[in-house]
Amino acid sequence: MKLLSVRGVSKRFGGLQALEDVSFDVPQGAIKALIGPNGAGKTTLFNLISGFLRPDQGSVVFGGTEVLGLAPHQIAARGMARTFQQIRLFPRMTVLENILVGRHLHSRGGFLACMLNLPFTRKEERGIRETGSEILDFLGLSGQADAEAVHLPYGQQRMVELGRALACEPRILLLDEPAAGLNIRETAEMGRLISRIRGRNVTVLLVEHDMSLVMDISDDIVVLSYGQKIAEDKAHAIQKDPEVIRVYLGEGDA
Amino acid sequence: MNPDLFFQYVVAGITYGTIYAVVAIGFNIIYNATGIINFAQGEFVMLGGMTAVTLSRFLPLPVAILGAVAVTTVIGAVIDILFIRWLRGPSVLRMIIITIGVSILVREAALHVWGESVRALPYFTGTSVTSIKMGNVYISPQVLWVVGVSAVAVVALSAFFNYTMLGRQMRACAANRDAARLCGISAKNMVTLSFMLSAGIGAIGGAVVCPITYVQYDSGTPLAIKGFTVAILGGIGNSAAAVGAGMILGILESFSIWVLPAAYKEVISISLLLLILFIRPSGIFGSAEEARLKEF
Amino acid sequence: MRGRYLPVAAFAGLIVAIQMATHFTGSGYHLTQLTMSAYYSLLAIGLCLLVGYAGQISLGHAGFFAIGGYITALLTTHDLSSRAGGASRWLAKAGILSARIDLYGGELLTVHPWVACLVAVLATVGIAYAVGGPVLKLKGHYLAMATLGFGVIIYRIVLGTEFLGAADGISEVPPFAILPGLEVSGKAALRVPNYYLAWGLVIAGMVLLLNLIHSREGRALSSIHGAEDAAEAMGIPTARYKLSAFALSAAFAGLAGVLLTHYNGGIGPSEASVMKSVRYVAIVAIGGMANLWGTLLMSLLLNYLSLRGYFGTYDDAVFGAILILIMLFAPGGLLRRDLLEEVRDVFRGNGEKAS
Repeated sequence: MKLLSVRGVSKRFGGLQALEDVSFDVPQGAIKALIGPNGAGKTTLFNLISGFLRPDQGSVVFGGTEVLGLAPHQIAARGMARTFQQIRLFPRMTVLENILVGRHLHSRGGFLACMLNLPFTRKEERGIRETGSEILDFLGLSGQADAEAVHLPYGQQRMVELGRALACEPRILLLDEPAAGLNIRETAEMGRLISRIRGRNVTVLLVEHDMSLVMDISDDIVVLSYGQKIAEDKAHAIQKDPEVIRVYLGEGDA
Repeated sequence: MNPDLFFQYVVAGITYGTIYAVVAIGFNIIYNATGIINFAQGEFVMLGGMTAVTLSRFLPLPVAILGAVAVTTVIGAVIDILFIRWLRGPSVLRMIIITIGVSILVREAALHVWGESVRALPYFTGTSVTSIKMGNVYISPQVLWVVGVSAVAVVALSAFFNYTMLGRQMRACAANRDAARLCGISAKNMVTLSFMLSAGIGAIGGAVVCPITYVQYDSGTPLAIKGFTVAILGGIGNSAAAVGAGMILGILESFSIWVLPAAYKEVISISLLLLILFIRPSGIFGSAEEARLKEF
Repeated sequence: MRGRYLPVAAFAGLIVAIQMATHFTGSGYHLTQLTMSAYYSLLAIGLCLLVGYAGQISLGHAGFFAIGGYITALLTTHDLSSRAGGASRWLAKAGILSARIDLYGGELLTVHPWVACLVAVLATVGIAYAVGGPVLKLKGHYLAMATLGFGVIIYRIVLGTEFLGAADGISEVPPFAILPGLEVSGKAALRVPNYYLAWGLVIAGMVLLLNLIHSREGRALSSIHGAEDAAEAMGIPTARYKLSAFALSAAFAGLAGVLLTHYNGGIGPSEASVMKSVRYVAIVAIGGMANLWGTLLMSLLLNYLSLRGYFGTYDDAVFGAILILIMLFAPGGLLRRDLLEEVRDVFRGNGEKAS
């Protein structure tokens, strides 16, 4: 079943055609990677899918319904969570608190209920914290629960952002360069984590530059270049695609 | 309404509009150089007027005005050096609050130096009742002074930015601070210079309009709000557009007497500000896609 | 979690201690300024939620204070007896209107303070929702200017309208009877009950706000402040939350305006001035921005000193200077959590060495 369908999506910024007629599907339960040289339009595509930008043309169908034109929080409520290329953790909040924000969609207490500290909000809060701690355990970060999130080492911050997205219990997880800035060991760790996430019934669409990670964990790969899709195939087949090789390595004689 | 009254309203609108444009240009100079809105901008205009009045007691008028501009320019530099220059990467909120605080301090200082009394400079030529006949309508010569001096100041500023080395350095700094620094331009000095220019042009405006509007220790804040409205209306950072936008606000305000009692004049300009902010914050001449339009 | 309420008990103790101190030193008149300070503090803590936690600057909050105060003043002083007739008699029976005698012995038919209070606060919240919708879409300088502009509009309206008393404001506002024997008014005999009523309300407000910030809604607000796009991506409807915080803080301000107006027996245009709005932000800033307790303590102190006249003619200048100094040197405020922890560590260190 196709969880996410991107059809004919185009976006222009002034004189720059950032994306042109891009289409692909993400089947449920898959790990699909979006690769391409810098400036190919990958993060723009993410922003379009998650509602932060409007495409000029095309459609995005998520879980069977058109999500084009919905606000990001509405798309998130339908089961899409994402991380950002530049880590966007909440400053002045602890690691645990950051992750707890991810539970927002799974709790109900409104302003009035929370101000009055009603029994049902207290119970909800207990449940939220339990789930939050579980996620910290899953990530191996339980020891850091009360540390200020933005003071953590870079690699751990990426984990926290991932945990925050996981806390949403999404159907699909959009990861924007999850391994950016990570060393070899941390990258391998991240790869293992993403595989385990698939085991929790979460579909993954990731943008990534680190080829070893991409080849390791992805089922399928979509290749973008200058805003256009130039290839889509199984991971091992993409490596041999001549167009992909040309785009990444240039013509023969250089 | 008869054409004479209509014309008087237009003239009043142009007069005030010119001053609003001058304040807006002051905003733009600092905004272009630093990205911050200087809430104390209106105080420069007030200081120009007040200082000129004090100096005119014992100096001939032209010298007093030049002195007032010089003093206010120095104060502009002092404000930058004391409060802005040494900050590292301050947040927008912090800068807003600091400039508001500066505006309050300047105003309170003015209150303690000059008291609550309303001051005015003598008319530059003639008296408050002199008028020049142009066609078959009468204009006070001071209006011509206001428009004339402001026009000269704006043209001089434009020439400075376009044709002098220092002006080009400031524009470079505004366009790309880091690249400018790599070329050996001292960004911090450019910022101080922008404060000085902004203060200077504000003071000129304050001195020249003082005979007509009088000046008081708290004349600054309402001017700042209106100047900001004009700056936004024309597109923040775009000083050429500020002139046109100033005229629009001045005339709108002038004719508002038809519709609302005079006490609500400020409500007009603020409502216009809110309207612009809600509908088209990039202003009439700004482009919605471009985040910053920084050229003079 | 109970640790959250410990400071509440401590603060309540402080309030009682202050009152006892004034009692035993025979300086009960201080209670008047302390009571007024309480109502200003009610506004301050609401503003702290908006500016410190939700991260939305408001330079026009005095406007909401004035809306609340002026509406209640208007309704409780405007004589409706000339519009006599069946309707007003029925309303009087329903308790909405009350008949009383004014200063000169004439008979008045005005709106009962309870109803006036309700109308005033509802109107304040309504205006906040109406204005906040478009205003909160703005950020940074634009938001600051828009809220400043809102405040100035309110100021100009109350200053320029004859019906609202113009420069003189509205006076002879009657007391607000809460319970038999307890009314909000400036009468010397009721100084102590009024003091406890005012600070009791503030403490209640603190409890509500503390509950809020420690809940999922509070986290949502902080996340909006920290990284609005990430908050959106987590499913938080940021526009709606900002508006709710804005309206809630306006409600606190409006209620403060209502009660202080009845306490003082009147209100004037200066309560809507830009300087007041700036003062409130200064208090939140020096209290530590996202620090309810800091804001409360600073508000108690600074408002009291200002009202007693300790700052003399430099009143506005003091708050302006506070703003600058805090923003220049201590943008996190004076009562920052980490600063307090450092101080605590110093004492703990000494204690250990001694033993």
